This record gives sequence, C-alpha cells and structure tokens, in this order.
Amino acid sequence: SGQTLADIKHTVFLTKEQASRPQFTNSPTMIVMVGLPARGKTYISRKLTRYLNWIGVQTQGECILYIFIYLYRDYSKEPKDCVSAVFDATNTTRERRGVIISFAKEKGYKVFFIESICDDPEIIEANIMEVKLSSPDYEDCDKEEALDDFVKRIECYKTNYVSLDEEKDRHLSYIKIFNVGSRYLVNRVQDHIQSRIVYYLMNIHVTPRSIYLSRHGESELNLLGRIGGDSGLSTQGKKYASALAEFIRNQAIKDLKVWTSHMKRTIQTAEALGVAYEQWKALNEIDAGMCEEMTYEKIQENYPEEFAMRDQDKYRYRYPKGESYEDLVHRLEPVIMELERQENVLVICHQAVMRCLLAYFLDKSADELPYLKCPLHTVLKLTPVAYGCKVESFYLNIKAVNTHRERPANVDVTRGPEEALRTVPDHF
Amino acid sequence: MMDADPDTDRFEEMPDHLQSGLTQNPLEKIWVPWMSSRLSRRRGSSVPQFTNSPTMIVMVGLPARGKTYISKKLTRYLNWIGVPTKVFNVGQYRREACQSYKNFEFFRPDNEEAMKIRKACALSALKDVSIYFSQDHGQVAVFDATNTTCERREVILFFAKENGYKVFFVESICDDPEIIAENIKQVKLSSPDYLNCDKEEAVADFLKRIECYKVTYIPLDDDKDRNLSYIKIFNVGSRYLVNRVQDHIQSRIVYYLMNIHVTPRTIYLCRHGESELNLVGRIGGDSGLSPRGNKFAAALGKYIRSQCIPDLRIWTSHMKRTIQTAEAVGVTYEQWKALNEIDAGVCEEMTYEEIQENFPEEFALRDQDKYRYRYPKGESYEDLVQRLEPVIMELERQENVLVVCHQAVMRCLLAYFLDKSAGELPYLKCPLHTVLKLTPVAYGCKVESVFLNVEAVNTHRDRPVCDEPQCSQTPPLRHSRAQPMASPAPTKAPCLEDLGLTELSLENVSVDRDAEDALVTVPDHI
Repeated sequence: SGQTLADIKHTVFLTKEQASRPQFTNSPTMIVMVGLPARGKTYISRKLTRYLNWIGVQTQGECILYIFIYLYRDYSKEPKDCVSAVFDATNTTRERRGVIISFAKEKGYKVFFIESICDDPEIIEANIMEVKLSSPDYEDCDKEEALDDFVKRIECYKTNYVSLDEEKDRHLSYIKIFNVGSRYLVNRVQDHIQSRIVYYLMNIHVTPRSIYLSRHGESELNLLGRIGGDSGLSTQGKKYASALAEFIRNQAIKDLKVWTSHMKRTIQTAEALGVAYEQWKALNEIDAGMCEEMTYEKIQENYPEEFAMRDQDKYRYRYPKGESYEDLVHRLEPVIMELERQENVLVICHQAVMRCLLAYFLDKSADELPYLKCPLHTVLKLTPVAYGCKVESFYLNIKAVNTHRERPANVDVTRGPEEALRTVPDHF
Repeated sequence: MMDADPDTDRFEEMPDHLQSGLTQNPLEKIWVPWMSSRLSRRRGSSVPQFTNSPTMIVMVGLPARGKTYISKKLTRYLNWIGVPTKVFNVGQYRREACQSYKNFEFFRPDNEEAMKIRKACALSALKDVSIYFSQDHGQVAVFDATNTTCERREVILFFAKENGYKVFFVESICDDPEIIAENIKQVKLSSPDYLNCDKEEAVADFLKRIECYKVTYIPLDDDKDRNLSYIKIFNVGSRYLVNRVQDHIQSRIVYYLMNIHVTPRTIYLCRHGESELNLVGRIGGDSGLSPRGNKFAAALGKYIRSQCIPDLRIWTSHMKRTIQTAEAVGVTYEQWKALNEIDAGVCEEMTYEEIQENFPEEFALRDQDKYRYRYPKGESYEDLVQRLEPVIMELERQENVLVVCHQAVMRCLLAYFLDKSAGELPYLKCPLHTVLKLTPVAYGCKVESVFLNVEAVNTHRDRPVCDEPQCSQTPPLRHSRAQPMASPAPTKAPCLEDLGLTELSLENVSVDRDAEDALVTVPDHI
C-alpha cells in the first residue's frame, strides 16, 4: 500500500545447489530488531551479523536479511509526515510489524524478532554515553545536555512503544532480551539458524574485559621453515615464554583464564606462566595432512599443483588428508562461543588458528582471513569498545623467524618454482 | 643464512619452570609436565572446564509434565559429552519407603503422615546427592521431583548453599490436556504404582493425584525468584523463559533443552556399503565401494523407499564411501565433515597385522582403553564424541533422518541414543549392511536392526582374550575429571562396573603380549 522498505539494509547470499555443508535453513530469514533507543539494538545487530558472517562464510549459502529499525532523528516531526515512519518502533508498532510480516509472507521469508528491553537507568545511560553522544546530532553539545536531551527523546518514543506481547504475538518467532541478558523470553524457534541465533545471544555479554591472543613461542620446526608438526620450543621460544609471563603479570589482569591447544609448543609456552590453563583440541593448528612437517620448498617440489591451488583460494583450499581454513572456522566455533561467555582470557594458539579468531573479532572477510598478520612473539590485546574491537599489538622484543607467507603474484598451476617460492620467508 | 642455535636441554641454565619439560602420556597423547623431584603440580587440564562447582538441576512441575523425560534425556546427553551426571528420582525413594501404592489419597495435602514420608524421601535423596558429588566424582545431579512449593525449593536451595553447589531450576508448565493425556498413557500406566490396575481407573486416579498437587503449586515467580537461575518450558517447548544463566554448563543445558522435542520420528543409522579397503582389512582411508557395497547401496535405496518416510533428511560424511552409498538412495543429502570416520593418524590404511608389526605398544594401549586411546597424529573415541556433538544437537532438532556414516562414528551416535558407557561404546556392534532404526518411546529408544541381505566382511574386533589369566601391566591412569559413564541407575549405589573398573584378568592387553595374542580377535579379510 505504497509503503517502502527503504530503511532496510540487507545482505543476501545465494544458496548453493548441493549442500557440502549442513543446511541451516531452507528459506531466507529476516531478523527484525525491536526496542527503544539506547537498548543495544545496533550493538546486538552488528555483533550478530559479525557472528553469522563468520559462520556463514563457512556454510556458503545462507540467506539472512536484516532490518534495522531506524528511528527518527528528529522527534519533533509528526510520524505521518515521515517516509521512514514504517519501521519506527514508536507508533502503532503492531501495525508496522504486521507490514513486515505480510511482506515476508509474500516473499517466503521467515521472520525472527529480537527485542531488547531495558529498564535499568544506569545501563541506558552507559549506552548513551558510549555510542549516542558521538553521533553528529550532538556534535557541538555539552555532554550533560546531550544526555539529558537524549533521555527526553526516549520518553517520547515510550508513549507509543508497544512491546511484543506474550498473548497477542504468541504465533511470532522471537527472543526478548531483558536488561542486557539477565533474562530471556524465547518464543517459537522455527529452525536451526534461529536456534543458533538464540544460543549466541544468550552467551554474549557487555561486561568490560580483554582477550589476549598470542601464538606459541618460536618452535624448532619454525626455525627450519617446516609447517605443522608437534615440536617443542626453540631457545628463543623459551625466552618468549618467560617474557610472556612477565607481560601478563604486569598487565595485572583479574581472573585471567589461559587456554592452549593440545600441541607441545603452546603448552610449553603456557607452563612458563605458572598458572592453571586449559587445553582445547579445537585450538590445534590447521592439519596440513600430507604436507605436515614439510618446508614450502618441499611442498612445491612434491605437490606443485596443490601449492598453486592453495594460493588461488587459501580460505577454501583443503590440504590432502588435511584441513582448510574453512574447516578451522567450523571447529573453532565452540571456542568463539566460550570466548563470548568468558571475561579475561589469554589464548595461546597457532598462526592459522589465530587468524581465524582475529577475523571473527575484527570482522575480516574470507579473503583477508588467511593473510592476516599474526607474527610470533607478539601479543594482540582485544578490547570491545562501542560497536567493535580495539586492538593493541605488543611485540615482546624477543627475536623470532617470520612465518608469514604473502600471496605470490603468480598463482597459476603452470608457474615455475621460483615464482611459487618468491614470498617464502627465510629459514634454516 | 641464519646461525643455528642447537636447542639443547641444559638443565642448570634454564629457568625453573622450563627445566622440567613436557612428556606425552602414551594413551591419550596429552602433553604434561614431567614430575620433577620437587613434585611440580600439574597445572593444565586436558579439557575445557564446564563448571567449577557441582550443579544441581532441580525439576519443577505438576505430575505428567515431562520432568522425568527431561531428566533422563538431559542426563544421557551430559554423560555422553563427558559430564558425570545422575538422576535422583524422589518418586522412587517413595516407592521404596512405602511398600505399595494404594491410591491418590497419599498425595492429599492434608495427609500429614504421608507428608512426613515424602519429606523424608526428599531429604534422603538430597543426602545421596551430596554423596554422589563428594565421593563418586559426580558433577551434575538432576533432582527429579515435583518441587512445586516454595517451601520445598527453599529446603533445596539451603542445602545447596551449605554445600557450595550451584542450582539451576527446570520448570515444565503445560496446560494442554492432550499432551498430558498422552504422557499419562505413555509412562504412567506402566508405572509400578499402577501395576495391577485397570487402565481407566489408573487414569482417573492419576488425574486426582495431579489435582492434589495443584492446590499447593506455586510456579517460579518472575519477580520473587528473579535471583534464581532457571528455565521455564511452556507447552513442550513453544516458549521458554530463561533467567540468570550462571556458567557454561547451564548455557549448554539451556541450549539442549531448547533443541529437543517430542514429535514422533525415526532415526536411521547405517554405515556406508562395504568398501574396497574393508575387503582387504585396512582401516580408515577414503576408498570407494566394493561391488557388494554397491549392491547394499541399491538395497538401501529400495528399503528407504519402502519405508515411505515423510520429509526424510539424509546425512553423509565427506568420505567417498558414504557419499556413494547416499547417491544410490536418490534423494538430496547433506555432507557433514563431522561425520568422517575416526582419524587413525599414522595407522591410516593399515591392517591390524601391520599395526601390530609396526606399533605393537600402541596396539596394546588401544586395547587397554579403547575409548580414550588416541592414535599417534590421529584421534580417540573421546575426540570423536566431541566433534559429533553438533551432529547430535541437530539430530535432536530434526525429525526423520538417515545418517550414513562409519563404524566408530556410528558407535558414538548409538551410544548417545542407547545410553552406553565409555567402556561399552567402542565395542558396540555396528556391522556393515545393517540399518538400525531408532524410535523414541517412553523414556528411551526402541531399536530395530534390519540386515539388508547383502553379504559383507566383518569389521568388528573384540577386545582380545587369552586362556590364561594375565594382569594388565599398566595401572588405570588418573585424569583431571571422572571418566564419562552411562547414566547410572537412579537409586542404586554405584558399583565397580559403573566406575569403569572391570576385571582385566582374562584379557590380554599387556604391552608385552605376543603378536598372536594381539591379533586373536582380528576379523578375516583378504
């Protein structure tokens, strides 16, 4: 009836024919955010998008459409004058939701509502301070005045806000989040992807904390330029372990959890810290299958075609009898989920693994992920801030070999060894 | 050119914590620090910790709301993923305390004598809970009772607080008379309480029983109980209210409860058709089907079509032999890497004879503890269970599914459905060319085994035995957490078998055994 979905931002992935991955859903899903201003809708949407993209990248074929409910910038305008009135949460919201639902029905989309409800004034104030006051609307404003103004804005919305109703909306699929996660009401989860979304939303929190990512200290195989394997630390690696222990002590981190893989080099590194740590098999380095413990030169010599194919699509390439980055992301999902639940954590892992974890926190694409720089003897400190993540890099001043191999210019299977090996870093 | 710096262990020069170095435990291949003469304490746990304190899951709800169903299912799941869990069903304590059940009058709220007995039963069960936690290495106790009054819940909360246990309530609320009637039919009529009763009388009595409870039932309150941790399940899962999830295990429990359903359905488990490597007795690998394997695939297609299963999903692994098998069924299927066969690492594509020849110690270690034994550069059954967990979760969400997988994988899945312990799991019989049809019924699972009449080699290797009694040379290894077990019987005291200790005298799993003794149970092959 003449109303548009102009405010909808959507990302659509085409579904693949034959599923080489389990199918999360057969119809595209529209996720609709509902709630008053400063309730964390944008925060949740961005985080959820990041998560779904990270696992969606792995599933190669999800259809997720998002609707961000944009609110009025100027509350003095009358609702019926505004084109973007359609999806505003303030006025006659049930009707507006009805529009969305009819649209979705027409298109064969599933709809899942996420409503954020908060009545704790402290949380609301903190939200406003963190993200609203940096908006252009308050550019030249005094902080106190701005806060006051925004709170008044919210009051205006409140008069017309209609929350999802347990009785009237009992046929809709939704999750209501109360007060940043102390309570959840979940209604009619339809399929796997909605179940995963609910699980994710129930595991995230906003308590300030930091995540430290580091690789193991330089290993004996690193020195020789060999990939994979399960070797111990080199002399430099052992020095790094001590340096890491000192660094961690100086950071004076409250209740730090330390995680390692099941491989000798991460465990040796953790041992130096002198605190309890947990081993996760899921944090093991990517399995290079038949290329385990080979140098790149050796791989080029024995499997030149494989080597070239890897350079063509490093994310999806799977080593013969080994794994791909895509497989890695899949097996790291429980680690990410637990990282979301936890507070201060130090993860001592491996190059490919660290790239995957970093890509999740920094929202990197499948193309960028396998080339993220994760050098030895460097700790990355990630601190959630506003809608994203602040990264600080600490090189602990212990020399180590470089293990980062850039994508060479020539990725064709017909290339010569020299072109293939051009970007291999030095080693013994 | 870089200068080599040989990495020699000069003990005197290295700092204390790095002197000790690491050693790999031979069974699970887990790196642990050497025990130095100064007895450095082991700092690492070889698995992520789900929780630091024991947790009591307390069921709440009127009779016939699915509390016992949920208790048993949840317990089965937690044990399978390696969290030692046990159900404490107060109704059973009551049955033991009062020889026979007469009628619903026992449950009248004004029946003081009965009230005394009922309270004593609850306290007795609580006492057993603390024994389970303190002596039997339990981590989760499911307290299965109505717990419908604030007073009773206070008693439990007080008990938990005193002992440092976490409490998580699971309340089941249902007002759909059809669901309740179905529950009564499925599990109440066959209860010992109604052993010699006429069906209609039993139903009438049970309904009166429920009325007794209704008088004093106070559900968990959104406001008064806002500091408690709980999940309320409405009408078998159409809605959930989740409050204050405290830790990882509670988060997993909530996720699990939100994924299970009671819609009738069937799960079909089978292996790929006989493969070329099966024929020559080689393990692992990624070979295609043998001619008989292809025959099986065709027979499977025919069988599936004859079952006329609505909306059947078909899942395979990423390995050639399962995919070839599924192709013959002629329906779209989904490939799960998680369904790949156990990785035998350096033993991939070997025969057992070759393993015995090249790795006799490994071969013996595997027989000592097949569940936790990890192949060098490979996996253990324990690893398999971890990677199959998302498969199980999705199987719970789904309805009719056919899973075409592999021997070790099928054993893990079957152990989940049939509540088998870690000791039994690696020896479950999953022969080729046989479909297992699993149908949930009452509190468990009905299994039908359908052999599709195409011959195949036998790939099942039992634990080797010998005529003369021998004892195992290596003592059982201690671990940072208890060994996973099948859900123990609700009120029996645990016995040795439950704790995973079996007599080893007739089995030859010693690292010093002969090749002949090692290979005595290897099935025939080309």
